[in-house]
Parts: sequence; C-alpha cells; structure tokens
Amino acid sequence: MSAIVELSLTEMRDKLASGEATAREALEACLARIEETEPKVRALLHLDAEGAMARAEALDKAGPDPSMPFWGVPILVKDAICVKGMPNTCGSKMLEGFVPFYEATAIEKLRKAGAVILGKTNMDEFAMGSSTENSAYQVTHNPWDLDKVPGGSSGGSAAAVSARQSFLALGTDTGGSIRQPSSFCGTLGLKPTYGRVSRFGLVAYGSSLDQIGPITRTARDAAAALTVISGHDPKDSTSAPKDVPDFEAAVAKAGDLSGVRIGVPEEYWGEGIEEETLTVCRAALDAAKDKGAVIVPVSLPHTPYAIAAYYIVAMAEASSNLSRFDGVRFGHRTKDPADILELFERSRTEGFGAEVKRRIVIGAYALSAGYYDAFYRKAAQVRRLIRQDFLDAFKQCDIVCGPASPFTAFGIAEKTADPLQMYLSDIFTISLNLAGLPGLSMPAGLGAKSGLPVGLQLFGPAFGEEAILSAAKVLEETLPPLPAPAGL
Amino acid sequence: MKLSPQEAAKAAKLARLRPDENELAELAGHMDSILSYMETLGAVDTSNVEPLYSPVEHAAPMRDDQTVKNCERDEVLANAPQADGRFFIVPKIV
Amino acid sequence: MPRYEPVIGLEVHAQLRTQSKIFCGCSTRFGADPNENVCAVCSGMPGVLPVLNAKAPEFAAKAGMALGCRINPDSVFARKNYFYPDLPKGYQISQFERPICEGGGLTIETASGEKFVGLTRIHMEEDAGKNIHSAADNASYVDLNRTGVPLIEIVSEPDMRSAEEAVAYLRELRAILVYIGVCDGNMEEGSLRCDANVSLRPVGREEFGIRAEIKNLNSFRHVQRAIEFEIERQADLLDDGEEVVQETRLYNPDKNATFSMRDKEEAHDYRYFPDPDLVPLRLTQADLDAWKNELPELPRARRERFVTQFGLPSSDAGVLTAERDLADYFEETARLCGAPKKAANWVMGDFLREINQAQLSASNSPLSPAHLAKLIAIVEQGAISGKIGKEIFPEIFAKGIDPEAYVREKGLTQISDSSAIESAVDAVLAENPDEVAAYKGGKTKLMGFFVGKIMQATKGQANPKLVNELLRKKLS
Repeated sequence: MSAIVELSLTEMRDKLASGEATAREALEACLARIEETEPKVRALLHLDAEGAMARAEALDKAGPDPSMPFWGVPILVKDAICVKGMPNTCGSKMLEGFVPFYEATAIEKLRKAGAVILGKTNMDEFAMGSSTENSAYQVTHNPWDLDKVPGGSSGGSAAAVSARQSFLALGTDTGGSIRQPSSFCGTLGLKPTYGRVSRFGLVAYGSSLDQIGPITRTARDAAAALTVISGHDPKDSTSAPKDVPDFEAAVAKAGDLSGVRIGVPEEYWGEGIEEETLTVCRAALDAAKDKGAVIVPVSLPHTPYAIAAYYIVAMAEASSNLSRFDGVRFGHRTKDPADILELFERSRTEGFGAEVKRRIVIGAYALSAGYYDAFYRKAAQVRRLIRQDFLDAFKQCDIVCGPASPFTAFGIAEKTADPLQMYLSDIFTISLNLAGLPGLSMPAGLGAKSGLPVGLQLFGPAFGEEAILSAAKVLEETLPPLPAPAGL
Repeated sequence: MKLSPQEAAKAAKLARLRPDENELAELAGHMDSILSYMETLGAVDTSNVEPLYSPVEHAAPMRDDQTVKNCERDEVLANAPQADGRFFIVPKIV
Repeated sequence: MPRYEPVIGLEVHAQLRTQSKIFCGCSTRFGADPNENVCAVCSGMPGVLPVLNAKAPEFAAKAGMALGCRINPDSVFARKNYFYPDLPKGYQISQFERPICEGGGLTIETASGEKFVGLTRIHMEEDAGKNIHSAADNASYVDLNRTGVPLIEIVSEPDMRSAEEAVAYLRELRAILVYIGVCDGNMEEGSLRCDANVSLRPVGREEFGIRAEIKNLNSFRHVQRAIEFEIERQADLLDDGEEVVQETRLYNPDKNATFSMRDKEEAHDYRYFPDPDLVPLRLTQADLDAWKNELPELPRARRERFVTQFGLPSSDAGVLTAERDLADYFEETARLCGAPKKAANWVMGDFLREINQAQLSASNSPLSPAHLAKLIAIVEQGAISGKIGKEIFPEIFAKGIDPEAYVREKGLTQISDSSAIESAVDAVLAENPDEVAAYKGGKTKLMGFFVGKIMQATKGQANPKLVNELLRKKLS
C-alpha cells in the first residue's frame, strides 16, 4: 500500500504545503487505493477522477499556497451534501440524475482552502438508517469484515476513510450518523455543536438536528477539518454567530488530561451493552485516568425517553422536508401521470424506499390534527428535559463519555426485518442531537470477540469542540493504535 | 394503540403516497408498533415545560432588502423532468 | 324585510413593497419573464435555507401600528404543509400560533354612519407561484417568479353586514396600506387580494350560520358582486330549508356567480409546526418606536384635516386623499400658492385629467407643485385669464415648464391695460356698426358677439372683466 495513503490528513497536508508531494501524487495515490478497494468496499456513488485530476494539475501549476490550509488534499463528500456540478442522490432513486447548480457552504470553504473533491459517498437513503443498507443503489461493506455493515447513515464516508481512500470524508449526523459508522469502521467522527457548521447545501432530514461533520483517522485531522468548514453563514439562519477557534492549535498542545473531569452517565454504561464493547470502553476510561482525568459519575435521567422523542421530532421534520420531492421541478417523475394527484403520489411512491416512506407517513401522522399535542409538542417538551440533563451534568464535569453503540458492526441483512429494533440501537447517539451539543466517536480498540472496532464517545458543552478533540488526541496517543482493517 | 389500515391510508394520503394493499398492511403494522413505542413519552411529567423546537439560542438573523441575482433561468430549469425553457410543465390542473 | 342578516369577514393578502423576496434575494418586480426571478432557495431545491428580509417585519409591524394592532415583539414562523405545483417546498412558510400583530381595526363610513370593523390578526407569509392552464395542451405551466414574494395576511373579525360594508372596509384598508408605503395597492397586478367569508343568520339570532369562503377576489367590483350573489344564493338555500355547505368557492365574473371549488378534495390538514430553519423573530422596542415615528398621517385623519384646515367640502377632501401622493401634491401646491380652494379645483380638475390620461401618478408628474402653484398665482393675479390657463395646461404639464416663463415667451400675458383694451373695443365697435345699432336697439345678446371679436383681435389675451366693463360703458 502506498505510503501516501497511510499518512494522516495533517501529515499529507504538510507534505503538500512544503512541496514534498504534489497534488497530483496525492490524488493518484488515492485513486489507486480506490481502484484497489472499491470492488470490495463499495463506498462510492460517484467518482470524478477527471475533474479531480484537472483540479490537482491546476493547483500544482500554481504551486502550494499558504493561504489555502488544505491545498491539494483529496477529500470525499457524503452524497447528501451538494457539490456544484456533481450528482447528488442522497442514496435515493428519487434524486437519480439530479445535479445541483449551487453547493454547500462547507464545500465552498473546502474548495477555497484548496481541497480536491474526489466524489460522493454512499449513505442510507435521505440519511434515514443506521447501516447504509437503506441506500437505493448499493450496499457498502465494512473494511474490517466485508460481511458486516459499515454503520449509517454515513457508512460510505466512514468506510472510505477506514479503507484509506481519502484523508477526510464529510458525513452528516442527525441521530448519530457520523459517530455510529465511525465506531463501526474504526475512524474518528465528529458532530459539531448545532449551528457550528452551516447547513446550507445539506439536503435536510431533521432540520433542528442535522449537522455536517468530518470523518478522519485522528483527532488532529478532525480538528483541522473542523476549522475549515466551521463559521457563521448568512445563508443559514440557524448558523451560530460564533468565532471559529483554531481547533488544531488547541489539539496540538494537549498533553494530558490532568484536571479534566470526565462524566460517566450510569444510563450509558449499564445493561444492553455487549461485553466486548464494555471491556474496551472501560479500558479507555482507565487510560484516561492514567493521564490525569478524574472520573465523575453523573446521570442523564431522561435517556430512556430519548429514542421516542428523537424519532417523533426527526420524522415530523423529515415528512415536511421531503415534501419538495414531488416530481415537478427535479427528481423522479412517474411515467405519463393522468393528473396532478397521480404525478405526486406515483412519483413519490416510486422514488422513495420503504424506510423513507415509513418515516414520512409517521411524521405526517405525528403532526396531524389531534395528534400534534400528544406527539410533536410532547416530544419537544421532553427534548428540553433531555437538554437540561446535559446542562446539569456539565456543571459537574467537563466531558461526558460513553460507548457509541451497544455492539460492534452487525452482519449485512441481519437487522433489516424490524425497523423499531434498528431505532433502539441509536440509544447512545441520539440525545446529543436533541440537545444540540458537540460529540465525537473515536476508535478505542477492537472487541475481543468480534475483532471489530469499538467507538468511545466524548460529548462536550455547547461550542466545546476544543475540549473533546483535545481529550481524544491524548487518548489516541495512549491507547494502542488500530491495525489496518482486516477485511482488505 | 391499534392503528387500522384506514388510518394508515389517511396518513399516507397526507404525505401524497400511494401504497398498495400489501404495503398498506405492512405500513399499518410498523406504524402501530412504532407509535405505541412513542406513546411511552406519556409517562414523562412535562407540566410547565416549554417545548424546545430548536437548540438555537440566537434571535432571527435578517438580511438587507437588496436584490441579488446568483443564477440563470436555465440552471433553475435544468433538472426539470418536463420544461420548455421558460416554464415547468405538469399535467393540467383542473 | 330582510329575514337574514349577512355576516362577512375578509382575509386580505397584501404584497409588501420590498425590492427582494421574503426569504431570498430574488427581485419581486412584477411582469418579468417566467422563472427569471427565481433562485435555488425560492424554487425549493434540496439543501436550501430561508433567511428573512428585514423589511418584511418592518412593513408588517407598520401595518399593524397603522391599524391599531398589538405588535408581538416575539413571533414565530410556521410551516403550512400542503402539495401544489406552485408551492415548491410542499409547504408555505407562514405564521400560526404567534403572529406578528393581533387585534386592531379600522373605521368605515356606511349609509347609517361610522362603523368600526375589528381585525383578528396580521401575519407574514410567502406568496406562491402561478399556474397557467392550457386546455389545448392538457398541461399546466408553472411560473415561480411570485414564489417567495412577502405577503401580510390581514384577517378581519366577522363584523361586516353587507357587500357595501365589505367594499368600504377594503377601500379604507387599501388606502391605509398604500399611505404607509407598505403595499402598492395595485389590484390588477395582484398586489392586494381578498377572500370573503360569508354566512347568513336569521335576524335576531346571535349564533353564526355556516359560512362559505370565496377566494381570490381581485377588484372592488368583484368583491361587491360576489358577496351580493353569495348572500342571495345562501338565502335561497335557507329558504328552501337546505343547509349551506361549508366550502371554498370561486367567483366567475363573466357569469356573476360563485362556484364550489373543492367538493372532491378532503379538508386540508396543514400540520402547522414552527419552522426549524428559522428562529423566533425578536423585535426591539427601539425598532418599534422608530417605525412608529416613521408612520405618516393616515387617510382618515388627513381627510378630516383637509376639511377643517382648508375648508374643503368632505367629498373634495375624499378625492384629494384617495392616493397619498395626490394628497401630498395638493398640499404642497396649496402651501406654495396660498389658495387651497383654488389649488383643490385645479388639482381635481385639470391636473387629475392630465395625470389619468398619461397614466402617471402625482408622484411622477412632470408638472411640479411649484409650477402648478405659480400657474394658479398668475391666474389669480390676472396676468392671464383662467381660460388661457386651462388652454396652456396640457403643454406646461407635459413639458414641465415654468408657466411664467412660458406665458412670457408666448406673449400670452393677459392684457389688463385699459387703454390697450379700449382701442381694441373701439376698433371692433367701429368695424361693426350694424351690430352696434342692433344692440342699442335691444338685441343685448350681441354682447357675446362683441366680446368674441375683441378676444379674437387680442388673441384671447384681453382681460375679460375689463372687456365687459368697457363694452358696457361704450354701448350705453
């Protein structure tokens, strides 16, 4: 395997900036790796080798530019994030062939920073799912074991980074869709504070929950990427008017965890978790203690209600957000509709997959006359209580910590029969989206029984990404590094 | 709660979906189990709790009343399943 | 002997006079080519987000203040969900539980005196696009130019009791909105549209009857006739012992009748919820105070002041205050010439005629108030006759010339020099001895003949009063 693809994002960036490697060399290494691994992993929905090459050559011609922090760095983008001129399917037949004439602010920032966009990654349709099996196009395979799912909904991005196809892949996280696949694939995935990164250009699923975030192999990489994509955006009314700190600088100087209080919520460390997952996570906590952290027991008492609250809110918002897919201005249109009603109903029934349809219908129901108060309004009230749980916990600790998933990657087709069972496995990730706080999942080790990656989550207070990235970096250096993914 | 296929059909209509009989039966079943699960929220005491609809704390940002033209008509029409260079075309609305 | 009392409420949609749309920077200009004023945001593309135009809450709040409403400094945008080809997102961003204004009302003149019509609320929302139907192609054509134009929806209480009251309300409402500069009031272009809720109840009963809603009435005439038809239609139904169906109806002006619109459609469940892409609006007291100070004198108050301050008859005051720019024009002219009654006559007469013919408004009149004031002054002073003033009006209007300069240049100055007129009079009398004899013999009607001849000889510039005086003297 080429030495280049083994580099971390920041190492690659530095070599490009110094001229030690050209943009073209970096790109060719990734393309070669993609060619080698894609037949097994199938993480990509769209690869623009030609466009990327033209871009790399243009960058090389102009030479490295210190004002471009990601000069020449090849990246991948989840197919829910619009890149101008590139197809954007959201993993759905509904958007087959759709090419946006605008792009996400996060993408604009990466372009301006000199990044080379290789293509789009596979995902659960419209970000609804936890295994990427809901993609209408293809199943992505976990590089650690090709018979296992990569997690979802950003399974393509996590698998791609795990397989070293690129140095960074953008994902999106509404209920854990960056963190859970990262934990399954042994990558580091960060969901920023709600409002930290602009949502303009991200095809909306749960508007009050969605965030774009980086999936990388190290904390320092994620910090560097977060600095580039963050910032107030006048095109997004929910974008926070907050300055962007130099996250990488904060991470770089993190040495230990002395004085850092790590909160351990009893609800996240109890029953229902696989033994091997608990073992790895407890070992990571011990390592944190060795580095000077103080472990503080805390409680997030409304955790048992988080899944119900989350799904009501997410499905309700999704049912409205997906109404624009009506066959009129873009997307799939049914053949020869007799009238407008047929146009709407057939186009949508044909274009959307089963899980999406299910969520849209439940969402419409939860908002409908007579049910609004019992479902949507009630869920929003519980949401406030869940957020308050976190605010209370953060009075006693600096970081809250727990596993990302009750188990490691499960088998392809193993859990598709019962949608509710799939929802229940989101228990450790969804509260964070309801609260709007930042959190990451970092690789903590391999499960003894399955040999598959186990992810440990670190949550921070609002806009506290520096703290969690710094802690992740310290832990990374302490814990044994992961070997190369066994499946490839 | 027991959700009938008729109620499921009504909700599907709200969402402009047209499931066939089998799909409707399956949908009703799934909806029933999922909505029953969601009803567990009833156990939470939320009297006097203000709903939280968004984690945002800032007030509505506004833009100046200036016109900005950042795209051309053909871009807007480019992805249309049916268009004539000026309009989007749909079956006649009665 | 009316058996039933009509109960009428109006919902008026007024387009706000902003340059750009409510949630994106596209132009709101009317009459653009289809889909030219459209972007990713207002066409509801995947991934786009709305950002509020600051002028929208300003105009909405000003409308509320002018209408005596309570302004809610905190208000919330909500999504109104339904599917229609001219509604790109599949929902309209509107306001539901917490609108920007509540309460308020306005006073109208009715046959039986003044009446106060209450308002329920005013809220902001975005307009939808337009569908053009083609029977020939069996297709509809969707134009999204209008999508996203900011609207306020003004909901009245069901306080009106006749079509006349409804029209009076609409007229006054429109005048107020145009006065404060919030809406251009152009009903042909769709800047102001009206839905009427009409029901009947037996005279004396308090409970309201079942109401029908007539949508999209876009002229005062249509509002009047549609409501009149509907009242009769419902009365006939009730007389026959039938029930009025609660439904939406459309007015067909050619048939002068309302027709049911939605008998097949199920009632809409709009599933309103707060829009998570927008956060609650928070207006400061400083904003509200500043906007209140910017409000001009409202039509009613101005009408009353024209009566008391200038001594104008109420009907004239009404004509002059019908449009704010006309009232401004009149008042400025009156101030400059110091003769408000004369100014009123000239403005209501010649000026309005020229403006209407040229399809202009007082604000873009080529003839400035200063110049009109001058014209009035030189007529009053006798420098030219009123007749000449009227004759030259079209030209000085069209060219916007200083009337004094014009009169000088064309040599139109009225001849008021007695001796000059006297020689003209003498000449005419000398040239027409037979007529002089006839006049002295009793044919006093010939006075007009002599006056005409003298005016001809003096190119119309002789001061008519002097002419008459001198003629009488010389003929007696």
